Amino acid sequence: MEMPIPNAGVLSKRDRVLARLAQVVPQAALITDEAERRAYECDALTAYRCIPLAVTLPSDTAEVAAILRICHEEGVPVVPRGSGTSLAGGALPTEDSVILGVARMRDMLEINYADRYVRVQSGMTNLAVTGEVESDGFFYAPDPSSQLACAIAGNIAMNSGGAHCLKYGVTTNNLLGVTIVRMDGTVLELGGAHMDAAGYDLLGVICGSEGQLGVVTEATLRILPKPEGARPVLMGFDSNEVAGACVSDIIKAGVLPVAIEFMDRLCIQACEDFAKAGYPDCEALLIVEVEGSPAEIDTQLGVIKQIARRHNPVELRESQSEEESKKIWLGRKSAFGAMGSINDYMCLDGTIPVSSLPFVLRRIGEMSKQFGLDVANVFHAGDGNMHPLILFDANKPGDLELCEEFGAEILKLCVEVGGCLTGEHGVGIEKRDLMNVQFAPVDLDAQMRVKDVFDPEWLLNPAKVFPLDASATRRQAA
Amino acid sequence: MQPAGEEELSEMVRGATGPLRICGGGTRPVGKPVLGEMLSSAGLNGITLYEPGALTLVAKAGTPLAEVEAALGAEGQRLAFEPMDMRALLGQSGTPTVGGMVAANASGPRRVQVGACRDALIGVRFVDGQGNVIKNGGRVMKNVTGYDLVKLMAGSWGTLGVLTECAFKLLPIPETQATLVSDPMTPQDAVAVMARALSTPFEVNGAARGCDGRVCLRVEGFAQQVTYRTQALIAALGGAWELREEAASAAVWQEMRDLIEFAQTPGDVWRISVKPSEAPAVVARAGCPVVMDWGGGLIWALMPEGDDLRASLGAFSGHATLIRGSDATRAALPVFQPEAAPVAALAQGLRAKFDPRGVLNPGLMG
Repeated sequence: MEMPIPNAGVLSKRDRVLARLAQVVPQAALITDEAERRAYECDALTAYRCIPLAVTLPSDTAEVAAILRICHEEGVPVVPRGSGTSLAGGALPTEDSVILGVARMRDMLEINYADRYVRVQSGMTNLAVTGEVESDGFFYAPDPSSQLACAIAGNIAMNSGGAHCLKYGVTTNNLLGVTIVRMDGTVLELGGAHMDAAGYDLLGVICGSEGQLGVVTEATLRILPKPEGARPVLMGFDSNEVAGACVSDIIKAGVLPVAIEFMDRLCIQACEDFAKAGYPDCEALLIVEVEGSPAEIDTQLGVIKQIARRHNPVELRESQSEEESKKIWLGRKSAFGAMGSINDYMCLDGTIPVSSLPFVLRRIGEMSKQFGLDVANVFHAGDGNMHPLILFDANKPGDLELCEEFGAEILKLCVEVGGCLTGEHGVGIEKRDLMNVQFAPVDLDAQMRVKDVFDPEWLLNPAKVFPLDASATRRQAA
Repeated sequence: MQPAGEEELSEMVRGATGPLRICGGGTRPVGKPVLGEMLSSAGLNGITLYEPGALTLVAKAGTPLAEVEAALGAEGQRLAFEPMDMRALLGQSGTPTVGGMVAANASGPRRVQVGACRDALIGVRFVDGQGNVIKNGGRVMKNVTGYDLVKLMAGSWGTLGVLTECAFKLLPIPETQATLVSDPMTPQDAVAVMARALSTPFEVNGAARGCDGRVCLRVEGFAQQVTYRTQALIAALGGAWELREEAASAAVWQEMRDLIEFAQTPGDVWRISVKPSEAPAVVARAGCPVVMDWGGGLIWALMPEGDDLRASLGAFSGHATLIRGSDATRAALPVFQPEAAPVAALAQGLRAKFDPRGVLNPGLMG
């Protein structure tokens, strides 16, 4: 993966930049030692690494503003970092960049049940937000698989989703406001406890902008009352096509499950070995979950099971207990870990129209044979967000490159059928060079114009999202 | 000017020598009056894609909303954000269009649970002020590929681009609905009871206080579900509630959504977006008839003509927009709440990037 040549001018004034940063943050919050900096050389896309110039770990908005102001004056690129769980390389540094991590900013600032929101520092983890309010019957809805570790800052940067967005939406639908610092150190409040924007919806633009428009330091998040209960049903089918058709029929029937998860044979086996969830031996498995009181759940699952029966399932099993439900979800949520324990893999997350599911799965199967690499499929079927896991051997020369080439072909296929390159992981560096497949130059230019407004010098996370040649003039002009 | 397609529209914008007044169905004349040649989207008409099994619809911007709603209704689906029809309130007779609704980010009572128009909008095509045809988002509901300009276009009132096509995430129409109606309550009591209702797991998707002070709470779902939820709500909230079912329930919300009471009374109408718990204080300071929606988060205020509501409100956490007022009032008062300097600077910067010649609805948003 190509990255811009480090700015020699910046490298040569490292000492001065570090000295200036040392004046605005405590010693413990400025990491300059090489061994310690190495911990920040990559995120969860571990194939690409680079040690940054320095790492700063500020503790509040004022420190963030001070750091950014200095880097702006010195012309030093800044790479914002949440918990470093990005699968797309969103937090990958360059040699001439300063990492600005929010890991020390983890305070709960306000819990307001009357208005149903919380205000947090952006370094707080996703699951910790729910942890603070669940004993009072509330939760924060977006639930990415990495929720134990991932920070709200990263969720906002990538507009993270999760398994339950069919009903609850993604981060942007649950974000009410942010405090954000621009590259020049200007602090802005966007949104708040009210529900819509006074003028342009800048909050909506910030969400999903991959840390390129500003650094979010605080966030106001909508919290929701917990449902009375939830129950999954397992459905096994003897082909991907039939499972895909069943998903479509469920959606059309007017029941809205909170989640419809799909796994194929390879994934079912790996998860079953890992979690012992009692998954059936079949080609395709759906986990469909609904919420409500026990009687409401019975009604909804009744409708769903009736639809499933029309597709001749090889297994149709409703969870009988809280414990069984937990096991069923544990299997699904440990899918990546389970696959990782048997192989190296690359995880894609292109989204496709639900109607194209059978076709796309068949094509992926054919390509898998062509490339000679296995693919396991596990994904959020209700919203078409796929997660093909391409298995490869990192120790085998050329396998990573082959895997990347295969991945690119799958993502092109997603775009071809009317979908997109990434549904919830973000572009980062991983899909940067594929942006031309989905967008015309004029579409990318429109997006880059927004960055021109927020960060005219292109210093914030500059080598991400846009193909390097598309952003070259702008990055070099600055 | 009424282009027949996107390409012709692009040429017209590129060739414009003066301000253009962008017009969908002309049913939402909000903002500073724009002097300029009319550019109508009426020629961009038709549903381009509808996949009920994927909960997705794509339509050209000039498509009448009624046409979209009819197509969706036939499949038991809907635009869940319940867009307000402003015709009665603003005395207009045109046909609301998809593009106009998006440009206004028009969202009704259900916004409190399912989100606004901007939340259901998953893709746009638009022509910017230099005639570039730009697409953003797409037709799938989970998409983080590049910046989200879809949100930027929603509620930008045609000042950053002329919408040509919009894609939406849909939801199924539940089997039935019911509304609980209370006796008249003070704003304070109303907001408190709405907050309690919205904090239950019973998925209340309408929580409003009408002009007469009665609080209305709506639930939807399968018949057994609705029965269970209304009973559970009454048990949780206490007090006396009158039950309105199906069509009677729907009628409550159509009146609430379209502000039928204010439509028949003269005066300026302001829309106040506020932190719900601050709503009672804001209502007291406004000192005029109000409809409170979104659990108190949205206040519609009926003010004497020409009065500056913001002067009475002082500082509060939210903003106020003048929706109905004479041309003179809209020319004299800021229609949209003036923003803090660093935010206003960004808005100005975006306008300069997307419409450098200032031809798209110039001045409409201030």
